[in-house]
This record gives sequence, C-alpha cells and structure tokens, in this order.
Amino acid sequence: MKFLLGGILLAVGFAALPFFTARNDLLNLGVQIFLAIALAQSWNLLGGYAGQINLGHAAFFGLGALATRMLWVGGIPLFLALSAGAAVATAFGVLIGGPAFRLRGAYFAIGTLALAEILRITVGNLMPEISTIPAPALASYNILPRYYLTLTIAVLCVAVVAILVPSRVGLGIRAVREDEAAAEASGVGAFRHKLLALAVSTALVGLTGGAFAYYHVSYYPQHAFSPAWTFDAVLISFIGGVGTIHGPVLGALFYVILKELLAVRLVEFHLLIFGILFILVVLFLPGGLVEAWSRARRLITRKADPLPTRSPF
Amino acid sequence: MILTQQLILGLLVGGLYGLAAAGLSLTFGVLRVLNVAHGELLMLGGYGAFWLFTLWRIDPFVSLLGIGPAMFVLGLLLYWALFQFVVKAHEEVRIKNSLLIGFGLTLVLHNLAIRLWTADERAVTTAYAGAVARIGALAIPLVRLTSLVLAFAILAVLHLFLTRARWGRAIRATAEDWEAAALMGIPVGKTYLLAFALGTALAGIAGGLVSVSYSISPSIGLEWTLKALIVVVLAGLGSLFGCFAGGILLGLAEATSVVFLGGPYREVVGLVLFLVILVVRPQGLFGGRA
Repeated sequence: MKFLLGGILLAVGFAALPFFTARNDLLNLGVQIFLAIALAQSWNLLGGYAGQINLGHAAFFGLGALATRMLWVGGIPLFLALSAGAAVATAFGVLIGGPAFRLRGAYFAIGTLALAEILRITVGNLMPEISTIPAPALASYNILPRYYLTLTIAVLCVAVVAILVPSRVGLGIRAVREDEAAAEASGVGAFRHKLLALAVSTALVGLTGGAFAYYHVSYYPQHAFSPAWTFDAVLISFIGGVGTIHGPVLGALFYVILKELLAVRLVEFHLLIFGILFILVVLFLPGGLVEAWSRARRLITRKADPLPTRSPF
Repeated sequence: MILTQQLILGLLVGGLYGLAAAGLSLTFGVLRVLNVAHGELLMLGGYGAFWLFTLWRIDPFVSLLGIGPAMFVLGLLLYWALFQFVVKAHEEVRIKNSLLIGFGLTLVLHNLAIRLWTADERAVTTAYAGAVARIGALAIPLVRLTSLVLAFAILAVLHLFLTRARWGRAIRATAEDWEAAALMGIPVGKTYLLAFALGTALAGIAGGLVSVSYSISPSIGLEWTLKALIVVVLAGLGSLFGCFAGGILLGLAEATSVVFLGGPYREVVGLVLFLVILVVRPQGLFGGRA
C-alpha cells in the first residue's frame, strides 16, 4: 500500500515536472530514467520473478526499435508503429521460447546472449547506415511528447508487473522460480508459465525499444541491439532489488542520476563503479538497495520486522 | 585456393580458441563456476605482452614466462576475493551466481582497461611479424604457426600435470565428485584455488599469443568469452584435447563461412553452431559429461 502511494506520487511528480521547468537537459534526464525503469522492470519479470536470467534482452529492445522506427519513418501513425514494434518483439520471444527453455539456468543465460549477438551482427551487416529522422519531422522535434510517452511506458511496465505478480498466474511464475519440479508436481505447468513471462517481458521491452526509436534523432540500427542494454537492465534490477516491484524503479533512479553526475567529468566511469557495486550486491546483499533500506530501518527502529523474502539467487 | 588459404588461417587461429577454451573448461569443469570474465582475463594477458614489448622490448614469446605466473597470482586473488564465496552454494545456484559475478567482473576489468590504456586497438609488431613459409601459392604466417604449436605444447604439459602429478589428480578427482574427493582426504578448497588460478593463467597466456598475431583492445573480452564458450560446448567438458580439437573445428568453420558467406558473418557461424548444439546435444560433440 505504502509503495503504491509512493509510486503514484513519483509518477505524478514526474508528470508535473514539465509545468515547472522547460530545461531540456532535465527533461532528457527524465526520458533516460523512464527508459531505464521500463528496461529493468521488463527484465525483472522474467529474470527476477520467473528466475530466468535473460542475457538477450537487448535483442527484443532492438527488434522493437527497428520495427517502430521503420514504420514510423515510413509514415505509419506512431501508435500503430509502437504496437507493431511490441508485436514483433513478442512474436520473436514466443518463437525462440520453445528451444530456449530447453536450456536451464546458466545455459539459458549464455544461449540468449549468443542469440542477441547473432541478431546484433546481422542487423549491423544488413543496415550499416545511420538512421536519422527525416527533415520535416526533425524540424518539428519536440521533447515533450517523448517525455510523456516514455513516462507512460515506464508506468505501464511497473503496473503490468505489479498486477501480474500477485495474481494466480504470477504465483505460478514464482513457484517455477523456486522449484520447477515441485511446481510441476502441484499442477503448475513450468514451460507455460515461463513462456508467458517471456511473452509479457518481450512485449514490454519491445514497446520500450519503440519509444527509444521515437526519441532518438539519429543512431545506428545496430546500436539498439548492443549488449549494453541488457547489461543496464541486469545492473539496475540487481542493484535496486531483483524480484521486487520497487527495486528496479529505485535502481533506475540511482543508476541514471549517478551516471549523469559522474559523466560530467568521468565518461563511462560509472560502469566501473556499478560493476563493483553489482558484485557486492550479488555476494553480500542479494536483495539490493531495497534490502539495504529495510535492514537499515530495522537497525534504527529495532523492531522485529518479518524477515525479507528470500532472494531467488 | 582461397578456400585452402582460409582453412590454413582458420586452423592457426583455432589453436588459440582451443587454448582460451581450455582455461574456461578447467574452471567450469572443476569448480562448476562459469566465469564469463574469461575473455577479459585474456585481454589482460594481451596487454601484459603488449606493454612488456613496448616498454622494455621483451619478446612476446619470452614474456609468456612472466605473464603465466602473474596471471596465476591474479587468479589466486580473484578466487580468494570473489569466487570462494560462490563455491559454497550448491550446483545450480553456484553456476548462476558465478555467472553474475563474472558479469560484474567483466564490467570492472573492461572499464579499468579503458581508463588505464585507452580504447585504442593495439598489437605487438615484432621484427619477424611478417615472416611466412610458402608452399606453392599458399602462405603460412610463421608467428601464428609458432603460436599454434605452443598452444598445443602447453595443453600437453597441462594434460601431463592433470594425469601424472598428485595435485593434478586431485583436480580431476574433485571434478568427478567433490564430496567423494573430500572424503578421500583431498583438500577441495585448495584444489579449487589451484584450478581457478591455472584457468586464469591459461587465459593470460592465450591473450599473450593473441596480441602477437591479432589485435587487442579493452572490448575484445566478450568476443573471446563467447569463442571459449562455443568451443567448450563443442568439446564437452573434461577433455583438454577435446578443447583443442573443438577450437580448430571452430576456426575451420569460420574460415569456410568467410569464403562462402563473406567476412562479416564470421562471428555468426560459431554462435549459430553453439545454439544448435546447446539445444540438440547439450553434452557436446566429443562426448564427456553434460
């Protein structure tokens, strides 16, 4: 309940921000944060709740971006182009789901990583030229619709995961994470639930990729397939708190803002720091920032809170 | 003719794939730890050879004698600081957590290398770098041939160590069944430490050899990790010579693809092969345990 209220306040605050400032750098920072939230939350559904470490998240982000960009630049209305992007990403996700889920644990992770690399190299070879928004659209480029679109998608991602997780299906998904054999024995189809989590996750990240394609003026099509998108999603989810709703949101805020602060003087230095933080989280604090916060609070109030739920990893 | 020439080059690079994969196979097979920062460790070895050559003109083949032990020590430190915490968990959690830690390590080493040495591509260019042996119209670069022979020799020595030496046998016993090994009085913790350090040293030596014939930069890590993973999957776990054969097979497959599909798809072929084998035959082409 408290988190619902906090989430709504945060969303309303962000929605109101453009009324108080017209500074482009702040609005762009907002877009970065929203994209990061959407990217991480969509990863979190499959990686955190279903326990399937997908290192090919960038492939679906890239597919969404590619389809949306081509259709939108080709004159199709934005809404349709975005839906098509999400549909393409989901279709690909469901297509590879069958063979991919034959792989367990780490094999699933490296299998999806290989898949994403195949797509990245192929797209780079087929489309070596930079993609730029056509001149008329460029002349009327406005940050505000981009700001609200990415905000909406971020809210959508959080809402979908928040609604799905406590539902019956969500329980099934988490049961599969805890113990596949036990889930099967209790009549929860492991493959079905994993595939569903994959489909929703890829639909959301395809949509996010589409928003990226609408936001960015010019980029190489290959860039949207870069493993960096996957790495961002994994880092944010884990540092924030994997397998929680608010973890990826906090993680995204922390990640993007710290990255901006460091970028002023030390470009790319943030990855060094986040790499170290990530290792520390995996080793000593599997619940991420969220767990750190609840531990700190317990320490201060010395109340006997219920123990935090065990992390999947 | 072009095909034969490409196949020769593929064969030569394949030896390095095999050497890179042998280190990964050792750590994965013995510790059940999947270190995805293996390519970054290889990159460090490459920079070692590069700087020793650039600053002090030390021949890259000679500097391997220093890089091997130095990377061995780095392996000890990494195990002590990171991976010893992972091996306490049971198998599935162990592989998953090691993957995540390796991933974090990847970011750290990659970005550290960029800060220390810039993102430029480097290569060790020795006086004898261009030497080739000609057979008819075919050219065999001698440096690469030396690397191939050296890679094979290193694996042979390692094989002798694993089959003859007391500690080598301890490593194999632990890989087979660590609980039984512990009951037989083998110090499993120390065996893990040794295997991990050996794996790191192998990565470093492979990197040194890579820097002589090919180029290195901070971003080569992911590519080499994937190559090593492809070969490990091709070869199955537990066989050093399987790794060597798998590496050469990958090199030949890439060479064939260069001729028939063109250079840009060189990387794709190995990855496709990898996925197909992973899905169809998870225990690898050359047998061994899954």
